Amino acid sequence: MELLLSSAIGVFSAAGVYLVLRPRTFSVVMGLSFLTYAINFFLVSAGRLSVNMPDILSKGKELSEYADPVPPALVLTSIVISFGMTAIMVVMGVRGYFENDSDHVNISLTEEMIARSRE
Amino acid sequence: MNIALIVLLPLLGSILPALMIRSGRNACMASAAVVNFLALALLLTHSPAVFFFKTTPKISWPWLDSIGLNIEFWVDGLGLMFATMILGIGLLILIYARSYLSAADPMGNFYCYLLIFQAAMVGIVLSDNVILLMMFWELTSLSSFLLIGFWSHLPAGRQGARMALAVTGGGGLALLAGVLLLANVADTYRISEILTRRDLIQNSEWFPTILVLILLGCFTKSAQFPFHFWLPRAMAAPTPVSAYLHSATMVKAGIFLLARLWPVLHNDGMWFYCVASIGLVTMLIGAIIALFQDDLKGLLAYSTISHLGLITMLLGFATPVAVAAAVFHIINHATFKAALFMNAGIVDHEAGTRDLKRLGGLMWLMPVTAIIALIATFSMAGLPPFNGYLSKEMMLEEASHTKWMGSKQIIPTLVTIAAVFSVAYSFRYFFGVFAGRVRHDYPHHPHDSPAGLWWPPTLLIILVIAIGLRPDIMAESLVKIVTASVIQDAAPDIHLKLWHGWTPAVTMSGIAVGGGLILWLLASWLRTIWDKLPRPDAKVIFDAVVHGLTRGCQLISDSLHNGSQQRYLFLIIASVIAFAGWNFASYPWAHGDRPLQPITTPLVVGWILVVGSTLLVVINYRNRLYALIALGVVGLFSSLGFVYVSGIDLALTQISVEVVTIILMLLTLFFLPKYSQPESMSWVRWRDAGLAIVAGLGMGGMSWLMMTRPWSMESIQSYFLANAKSGGGGTNVVNVILVDFRGFDTFGEITVLGCAGLAIFAILEGLARGKLRQRLQDWEPDVARTADRHPILMVVVTRVMLPMAILVGMFIFFRGHNLPGGGFIAALVVSVALIMQYMASGFGWTANQVRFKYHGLIGGGVLIAAATGIGAMVADRPFLTSWHDHWHPPKFWEIDFGDIEVASAMAFDLGVFLTVIGAVMLALAQYSKLGIIAVDAEVNASPMDCDPLNNQPPVNRNHKH
Repeated sequence: MELLLSSAIGVFSAAGVYLVLRPRTFSVVMGLSFLTYAINFFLVSAGRLSVNMPDILSKGKELSEYADPVPPALVLTSIVISFGMTAIMVVMGVRGYFENDSDHVNISLTEEMIARSRE
Repeated sequence: MNIALIVLLPLLGSILPALMIRSGRNACMASAAVVNFLALALLLTHSPAVFFFKTTPKISWPWLDSIGLNIEFWVDGLGLMFATMILGIGLLILIYARSYLSAADPMGNFYCYLLIFQAAMVGIVLSDNVILLMMFWELTSLSSFLLIGFWSHLPAGRQGARMALAVTGGGGLALLAGVLLLANVADTYRISEILTRRDLIQNSEWFPTILVLILLGCFTKSAQFPFHFWLPRAMAAPTPVSAYLHSATMVKAGIFLLARLWPVLHNDGMWFYCVASIGLVTMLIGAIIALFQDDLKGLLAYSTISHLGLITMLLGFATPVAVAAAVFHIINHATFKAALFMNAGIVDHEAGTRDLKRLGGLMWLMPVTAIIALIATFSMAGLPPFNGYLSKEMMLEEASHTKWMGSKQIIPTLVTIAAVFSVAYSFRYFFGVFAGRVRHDYPHHPHDSPAGLWWPPTLLIILVIAIGLRPDIMAESLVKIVTASVIQDAAPDIHLKLWHGWTPAVTMSGIAVGGGLILWLLASWLRTIWDKLPRPDAKVIFDAVVHGLTRGCQLISDSLHNGSQQRYLFLIIASVIAFAGWNFASYPWAHGDRPLQPITTPLVVGWILVVGSTLLVVINYRNRLYALIALGVVGLFSSLGFVYVSGIDLALTQISVEVVTIILMLLTLFFLPKYSQPESMSWVRWRDAGLAIVAGLGMGGMSWLMMTRPWSMESIQSYFLANAKSGGGGTNVVNVILVDFRGFDTFGEITVLGCAGLAIFAILEGLARGKLRQRLQDWEPDVARTADRHPILMVVVTRVMLPMAILVGMFIFFRGHNLPGGGFIAALVVSVALIMQYMASGFGWTANQVRFKYHGLIGGGVLIAAATGIGAMVADRPFLTSWHDHWHPPKFWEIDFGDIEVASAMAFDLGVFLTVIGAVMLALAQYSKLGIIAVDAEVNASPMDCDPLNNQPPVNRNHKH
């Protein structure tokens, strides 16, 4: 199972990096989502994998019979924050689309030069 | 207690004048003066303790004890003297400034800044903690920036303020490093304790570094050569500021610190040669330049530099008597120099110029001002019977028997030369302005100023004379007590009097007065030579350095950040990979020996679906709706994956977040194009693909290597597992960690989420207004829209589902502490149900049904969470400690409810719940509002387009004009 998970993490990261480097806002946001998946699974895997050992305390179970609760707690925070970040990114994408009439991620050089020469 | 109040009063009181300015300028001044007076009175209540009982009142409140930062103040002799000077002269300055500032100056701001500055200065001199001292130190740099640049419409004011900030701020950085090292070596952050550890510090290998860094901070602040150049530029400030900052306070802060740390830093070697030499050079250079200044304030500025050099040199001599002389001169200099600055301000105010070439003969027009100037300048020149003479004699006496590198002559000679120049520029000030014939070409017609301008300096002048005539009564005991507190030892047996007999100092003084007189007479001739000498202009050098630094940074940032996000993301990712790869290369690549989990059929199916969908997204990312659906598949199977590896809370959160994210992205796609054209050149795509593959191999390989190995050290998990029930009162360990053990993280997290919601609202609200609103209205959808905006089926189904969804939400919320669930997941479930109402029935109708603002929900949620945390503090526990108990409700009609677990974490979770609903709903609802503007549709008042009861045909409202 470790092999499957680590290869999935690899695939997510690769897809994320590739999409983040695309020139349009929407694909960048999708790329960030993939990076989030990769990082969340990576964090979970730091607790090592344990199947069928949920962290719900019940009587008569040894402490070693539970999964490590620390990585899931961290990942929960990570999910929430990345949700907030994704939301801001897409909204900025929309705003940018209407401001510039384009959803391209790069500032065109000519516009920037004009802005600088005005300073 | 009330020691801290001496600092806090001006700090908090600084808001008063800013408010009182609405009631007029007198009320504004009065409010500032009252604050200042109260602080001074509070301070003086401590003087009996210091003077008669020889104790040092202290307070200590713990603040951030782990880094050594505590609120610790003390009042000892040195602090008392400085604080009295700061608050006493401050009071005079406040009164003086009332008459000085013109009607156009924003007086409220002025007094506000001045009080902040005053608080910072008092904070420096009363701090008993080095980090606290540094905070006040930086605050003086910042507030003096505001004061020096007060006339921000003048370029000179802005440049002067910037230069002062750059120099003193830069010195502050060095000082910070220095005091941190010092505290580290002394093993305490408390100043009173550091002062007792001289041997430890001086024997440390760090001592030279500490000394150099601290001296850098002190010398920049106190305008010592070669950092003196900022002080004359700071004269662009209004004169009350110059009188305050550059006579009694800001520039004395460096001197103060030299004196404060004198017991541990002074020695005959490095300290003597650094401090005494720099002081001597500064004293000499300042005095020489001062003679050739035409601007009165420029002359006073260089004279101040010279006098600061004198005090520094005395501290550098490292003998108790020299320290006593330094202390005495600090007092004397503050009195006559503040009076002189105010005097220059009066001349400027009344005659309209401060240029010595245009002044003269004012004695006949402004007699009161002239008398003030006469006494103050003669004291500055060191003439008897004024106080400047006494401390100067003490200085000359000390200098006359101090050797420098074995030479007996060098210090006395140079000191005498400096004294000669100081007599000359003092004469030039007085006779240049006040003596001679009355002229007829002053810019204004001068006459004596209103009383508000002349009586503050007069009070100081009275001190100048009184100390000069009876130093034994006025100053001797003060000087002794302060000296004792500087040297942390018994004060030397000194007697302050005008005549000590025919000592070398008297001879040197005589030479100084005679030479000064001659020099003053020759001044205009010397001036022609002076003007021909090549002199480095500090401003040119400073500007060149600043410009060079800016250019350099601009070059670097421009070449990296040329506006192409693709480019810098590539650079960032590539460098991360390079750095990580560097470490990775030296790691054993073989997989570890941890027993692996078996691979089962469902896992393989899931893996194929996830990886396949990912590939589909990568291949078809330009068809956005399609890619989004595939992304959704990945998200759903990710949550299944979390279930498989025992992360049930994770899975629930992931799936609910996934739903909201997909809704959000769908809404985005409403506006953005649904398709994009291929545009990158193929080599760029291959390059990116190469980088992506390397990144994927790295991440995958790293997790493989990690997962196949056991932990390299004991995991902290057992602590949480063992204490979740007993300490947090819940059996769902992950949830207990979130709301209890790491509750502070969660508190931060919901605050961030709330901020994100508000930011999204602001970003989108910008689209609903102004020129962007026009663009939004002109926007044409790129695919045809459905005619049925609010399908009846969906309206009915969502309406039925809403109460059920809320019920499910409550269920998830309440079970969260013991079973998978919790406030966050519950909030997302409820949000999705709510957002469905918007989707089904449209923005207009739904928004009318909502009786509260989502903004308030965010704020309320964060406040509830904070209140829970503060509740714990009220019960004397650390912030966010949770409380839990069992509650057995009374029987109701023979029904037994059993034990109900009550935990304060529940209230915290309620805060999380409300904040998340608020943030999510605020973002999504704002989106649907935009949609209405974009398609130019009417805001619907009814939930459905066609009312089945009325049997009307549906109206196609999707039509654009």
